[in-house]
Amino acid sequence: MADYLVIERLSKRFSAHGHEACRNVSFGVGEKEFVALIGPSGCGKSTLLHIVAGLSAPSSGDVRLRGEIVHAPRPQMMFVFQQYTKSIFPWKTVLDNVCLGIKYQLRGSRDDVEKRGRAQLKLVGLERYADFYPYQLSGGMQQRVAIARALARRPEILLMDEPFSALDAMMRVELQDLLLWLWQEFGFTILFVTHDLDEALYLAQRVIVLSASPGSVAEVVDVPLPYPRNQVETRREPLYLKLRAHLYNSMVQQVVASRAELA
Amino acid sequence: MSGNIARWLQMSRGSGVILILLLLGLWQFSALYMMDTPTWPPVTRILQAWFADLLDGSLTSNLLATFWRQMLGYWLAVALGVSIGLAMGYYRIAYNLMEPLIEIFRPIPGPAYLPVLVLFVGIGDEMKVVLILVASLFPIVLNTYSGVRSIDPVQFDTARTLGLTTPQTLREIVMPAALPQILTGMRISLAISLILAILSEMIVSNNGLGYFTLLAERTFKVPDMYAGIFTLALFGYALNRLFLLGEARLIRWHHESSGRH
Repeated sequence: MADYLVIERLSKRFSAHGHEACRNVSFGVGEKEFVALIGPSGCGKSTLLHIVAGLSAPSSGDVRLRGEIVHAPRPQMMFVFQQYTKSIFPWKTVLDNVCLGIKYQLRGSRDDVEKRGRAQLKLVGLERYADFYPYQLSGGMQQRVAIARALARRPEILLMDEPFSALDAMMRVELQDLLLWLWQEFGFTILFVTHDLDEALYLAQRVIVLSASPGSVAEVVDVPLPYPRNQVETRREPLYLKLRAHLYNSMVQQVVASRAELA
Repeated sequence: MSGNIARWLQMSRGSGVILILLLLGLWQFSALYMMDTPTWPPVTRILQAWFADLLDGSLTSNLLATFWRQMLGYWLAVALGVSIGLAMGYYRIAYNLMEPLIEIFRPIPGPAYLPVLVLFVGIGDEMKVVLILVASLFPIVLNTYSGVRSIDPVQFDTARTLGLTTPQTLREIVMPAALPQILTGMRISLAISLILAILSEMIVSNNGLGYFTLLAERTFKVPDMYAGIFTLALFGYALNRLFLLGEARLIRWHHESSGRH
């Protein structure tokens, strides 16, 4: 299980300003597992996710998918960006955005491509918005478009970089539940970066806490709460509350440690 | 009542139209009653000459001569300028290669190329088209380049995760993302191309609006000279309106997503 997606002794130092984003990060993600990555801001979790995706090169260490080193973006890994206003292209309709990742790969006619695109939009509840432009949609709907676009590629792994952090509270819980439903329905692997420990705990089977900058793995917490989870019930289970308190203290520790280092 | 007038001045450009009519009236009045000189004919005289020139076809044929020259040079400049700008924005190597050259040639005013071009390609249409091309090129190159440079890295990352190849990225992402700025460059160059077309016709030509206007002046047909200038003003105005119309259609997403309607 642990040799599916492996991050091994990964370090990243930016040559331009010598800043070290993360140091010696190692962990594994099992197939179909939902793992959340949390840590104080500036701990390099986003950088880490970009490296896992093959969008940026590590200074040392490597990322392996089924034993093969990842150098460049892989078709079986899809990335969902935090900045949906940029990632969703404003000059394309919702449907054209969703089809962009398959129109050159799928060896079907334009109709086949559009059919698959519409099917993904249906999954995220946007089938009526196929011909809209992104600026006509709310932030939550735009991020749904990004998810539909990722799904269209039939990914094995979803890499999500704080995808819901720019959304308001109600949209965020809606999208959390949508994501959990999709995950259970399609059984892909998710590596989910967030700074929100409630979000991490509610979604994931395992939470990896990164230390403050340069980030390294401070702690790994298993979350044996049953699925399907419920925004009200799950969040008041004793185990949830116990883990929340634990993670909270762990996060505070990291933040305090980083301030002490700065002083 | 005064509130209504204030609102009208705020909301409508009608006052601007009235100003133009007033100035034309002033022109007419001064030409008739104050300055009795052939260099300042009354507006009505100019209109008469204008209609006569339109009717005998001389104005239309010269306008068409200018138009096709300008369009040929302009669209060649668009094709070349967008290609160079895209390459410079997308490939660092192309930027390093082209930028010094462009910085040397850019400050040279377009008309300064004319004598050189006369030496090399003569005084025919080729010279005029090349002159228009060269002068229109730089605003398009520079705006295209800066449009490509200002594309957000997230958009390139998205293209990569979606598995787009370089030509696909250029077509699906880079071109449309840079289009608003490309169009800005194209609009600047549209005005420049008309200036250069007229100028080259005034210097060496036997047709075109520039030729027509200057010839009228030299043969003391002053009302026809003004008719030529009026035609130019209308032509330039129409070109710009047409351009804005096309632009609004092409980048509606840009205006609407940045909150302009």
